[in-house]
Amino acid sequence: MKITDLLFQLVQNTVLLVAAPLLPGWISQCRAWLQNRNGAGVLQPYRMLLKLFHKDAVLADQASVLFRVMPYVLFSCMWLAVALVPVLVTGLPLAPAVDVIGLVGIFALARMFISLAAMDVGTAFGSMGARREMLVGFLAEPALLMVLFTASTISHSTSLTTIVETLAQQHFVLYPSMTFAAVAFVMVLLAENARIPVDNPATHLELTMIHEAMILEYSARHLALVEWAGALKMLAYMTLGIALFVPYGIAAPGDWSALPLAVVLLVLKLALAGAGLALIETLSAKMRIFRVPEFMGTAFLFAVLGLLTHFLLEAA
Amino acid sequence: MSTLAGMLPIDWMMAIILFWLLLGLAGLLSHNPRFIVQIVFPLGAVAALALALAALAGTAQTQVATAPLGLPNLPFHLRLDALSAFFLLLLGAASVGISVFSSGYFRAMPVSKLGLLCLEYHVFLASMATVLLADDAYLFMLAWETMALSSYFLVTTDHEQPEVRQAGFLYLLMAHVGALAILMSFGVMLGAHGDDSFAAMRHVHLTSTSASVAMLLALVGFGAKAGVLPLHAWLPEAHPAAPSPVSALMSGIMLKTAVYGLLRISFDLLGVPQWWWGVLLLTLGLITALFGVIFAAVQVDMKRLLAYSSIENIGIILIGIGLAIIFHTSGKGALAALALTAALYHALNHAFMKGLLFLGTGSVLHATGERHLGRLGGLIHGMPRLALLMLVGVLALAGLPPLNGFVSEWLTLQAFLLSPGLPQPYLNMLVPVAAAALALAAALAGFVMVKFYGVVFLGRSRALAAVPPHDAGAREQLGMAYLALGCVLLGTLPTFVVLGIDPVAAELVGHSLAGNVRSTGWLLLTPMRAERASYGPLVLLLVIGTGVLFTAWMVRRFYHGRLRIAPAWDCGFPEQNARMQDTAEGFGQPIRQIFEWFMGVVKHMPSPFDVTPTFHSSVHDRLWDLCYVPVQRASEMLSAQIGRLQQGRIHVYLLYSFVTLLVLLAFVQ
Repeated sequence: MKITDLLFQLVQNTVLLVAAPLLPGWISQCRAWLQNRNGAGVLQPYRMLLKLFHKDAVLADQASVLFRVMPYVLFSCMWLAVALVPVLVTGLPLAPAVDVIGLVGIFALARMFISLAAMDVGTAFGSMGARREMLVGFLAEPALLMVLFTASTISHSTSLTTIVETLAQQHFVLYPSMTFAAVAFVMVLLAENARIPVDNPATHLELTMIHEAMILEYSARHLALVEWAGALKMLAYMTLGIALFVPYGIAAPGDWSALPLAVVLLVLKLALAGAGLALIETLSAKMRIFRVPEFMGTAFLFAVLGLLTHFLLEAA
Repeated sequence: MSTLAGMLPIDWMMAIILFWLLLGLAGLLSHNPRFIVQIVFPLGAVAALALALAALAGTAQTQVATAPLGLPNLPFHLRLDALSAFFLLLLGAASVGISVFSSGYFRAMPVSKLGLLCLEYHVFLASMATVLLADDAYLFMLAWETMALSSYFLVTTDHEQPEVRQAGFLYLLMAHVGALAILMSFGVMLGAHGDDSFAAMRHVHLTSTSASVAMLLALVGFGAKAGVLPLHAWLPEAHPAAPSPVSALMSGIMLKTAVYGLLRISFDLLGVPQWWWGVLLLTLGLITALFGVIFAAVQVDMKRLLAYSSIENIGIILIGIGLAIIFHTSGKGALAALALTAALYHALNHAFMKGLLFLGTGSVLHATGERHLGRLGGLIHGMPRLALLMLVGVLALAGLPPLNGFVSEWLTLQAFLLSPGLPQPYLNMLVPVAAAALALAAALAGFVMVKFYGVVFLGRSRALAAVPPHDAGAREQLGMAYLALGCVLLGTLPTFVVLGIDPVAAELVGHSLAGNVRSTGWLLLTPMRAERASYGPLVLLLVIGTGVLFTAWMVRRFYHGRLRIAPAWDCGFPEQNARMQDTAEGFGQPIRQIFEWFMGVVKHMPSPFDVTPTFHSSVHDRLWDLCYVPVQRASEMLSAQIGRLQQGRIHVYLLYSFVTLLVLLAFVQ
């Protein structure tokens, strides 16, 4: 482990942390354009965060310590998740500590905390949101694991560094298995980030909400951290998708000359992915909560199919 | 380190077993409850600690001993090897916490019961240790039956309640069916010459058919003890009936003696296992794990929920053993060692986390008198320390990093992912896909744990008038804190644990992971190569911990810490009460809906014109109707038929004896 690597990891994490709210801003701006609205601009999430941080926090009288600690745990879990995914350079110092299974574990840890905090106040919406979140979670988690296992069996490793290095060095070939996996991954991404068609990020006061129902009791700085963590989670999922399916252009460890190109490519890929997400959200309607298990089951089956396809067609 | 004061570890262990028996007798004879809870149980905990230390010292070499007890010409053989040392370590280390907890928990028990309970408790511990040390079938069966009987009496501590007696009877029945199967398995393995020592059995060469018969019988016998499907029925009945420390002992440790027996017979006594045993165990394990966790999700009794979760975890252990057999028979020694390590690691983890959670339910029961999830809630306010300790257990059982449950599941998944390259092509393809089922079970475990913790500790109290006024007692907390600390340490220092398990893997499958694990230092766990996979939970814990503190400091530094307390908002609904929260049934509803085809759901829907509508829905186990009810009917029918023989007249019985003699004479010739 070299000191430059460590320094780079630190700088990269800080930049990603600060830049993360741009992503939801960009997505809602794209949605606005697609829906013939002007939109609030990509900087809107920053204005909201600033406002929330300055407000006085209101805490429900039934809340316990768990409720107050959760935003911080959630925030640092998501920050760690973003730090673990190789975005510009592979082989960063934190990478050996956690592999893809560990990454899924960190997402699960965050989900567990947010669900518990939602149940903590003891309101009708909170526990309903927690139940639904865990429902989506337990269906999405195995699907995500299967997607990652497909990549792992191709690269013979569960370490993200090795996976990305293996996949990035290949010529641009279409693995049938990774195509199935990509479909499953997009479905998981939609569900895990509370987007349409599974959940609606723009809804309040609706019986159909999931994520919003859980964070209903949060306000001010706690809510700001939760929202920021949501942006980080979105970034982590998008960069994970990029790393798995279009890793081309990522710099090898120590290859600083390739870095500027990697940055440009990353921003382009993220912008495209965000626009694609906005398109999906504009084109589809939110589905009933009872249909979510079917949706997630389809994702799971696609992922398993991807793994099977790998053994049938690609195993040499 | 093999001798301490001139005694080998195995001698120490025999002394500890004797000491436990003496403690039990002392408890029985003493009529002073304070003596029992303040002296006997803590001394039992000290002995357990000594057992764990002796087991740690005893892994280095195999030791044998012969106890001059038992029948004439049939002395007891004892043997301490890496496998038994590992399970003795598990027994000692986990029961330290449980005994400390018990010394606080049982303080309010009437003395008439307490003396007997003390005897049964310590006999139970001693018999489990003896099972693990036994080196002949005779002593093994003796200890096994003592274990079953002592635990039966422990389960029926509250025998005034009819449902407790019923649960105890079911347990006793299953235990004896299992013991018979094990006895028959030993019978097959004895071979022709009839020497009952394990040393002789190792040298008997069985045909592959009789080896398989022995294995299947052992699987039935040990499966009945461990709760492998479809022999799981006693667990959800017996655990709620038993006092909580007893549930902790049974679920945390006794189920593992069955795992020990399975490993002892399949890898050690039968020599080389056959590959289809592995497939069988893997399939059974997957089904058991999924079944257990799905049923855990719909339970409304907190101890039944934990009992089903134990079934799930036994399934995960079985998956590891199955994989180990598959790899071992395919000549992939390192992978077999990995899968076996994962299974043993999970057994150790489960002893700590399930012990912790069962103890916690005991404290909840003491504070509230309530086991039904629908009447609990909000305990975090009255019992903050208990809530914190239980949170550790819940996170560990949900298999989340950086706690211990995650490490063993991680190792199992690694074993799954490395499976390509097996000689059977179908197996080669299906084994990684089977990982999907494990992933599903692990994810569902998270759902179950959120339900358990959220409904018991969070929110508002559902039926109790007020939050319980007191936290758990000091010794109860100490016992649980010990187990919680164990969960954290087992989770954050996995390299030491894997290195500790390594001699067992080396003994059973002849391969060691130590070289791989040592190559990257103690901070990172690398079961294979470093590029392949690595995991550093301490780094993870440090980063998340630093992140939490740093964020909190930054927010405080740059903004403010102002806070107002107000009633919950809940979208502005003015009327809010505790009944508007999710109940346990409500939380489990999605699972019930998704898996309705899988379980028997009985629903009562009110008619639309009903003025006092009630809704009722309950879930029951279809396997009960499929497997147990026919057996029960058949045995009732059979006993009715046999009843015809019983005429109650002496000359008829004399006739029976005479006919029997004649028949026997025909054989003698």
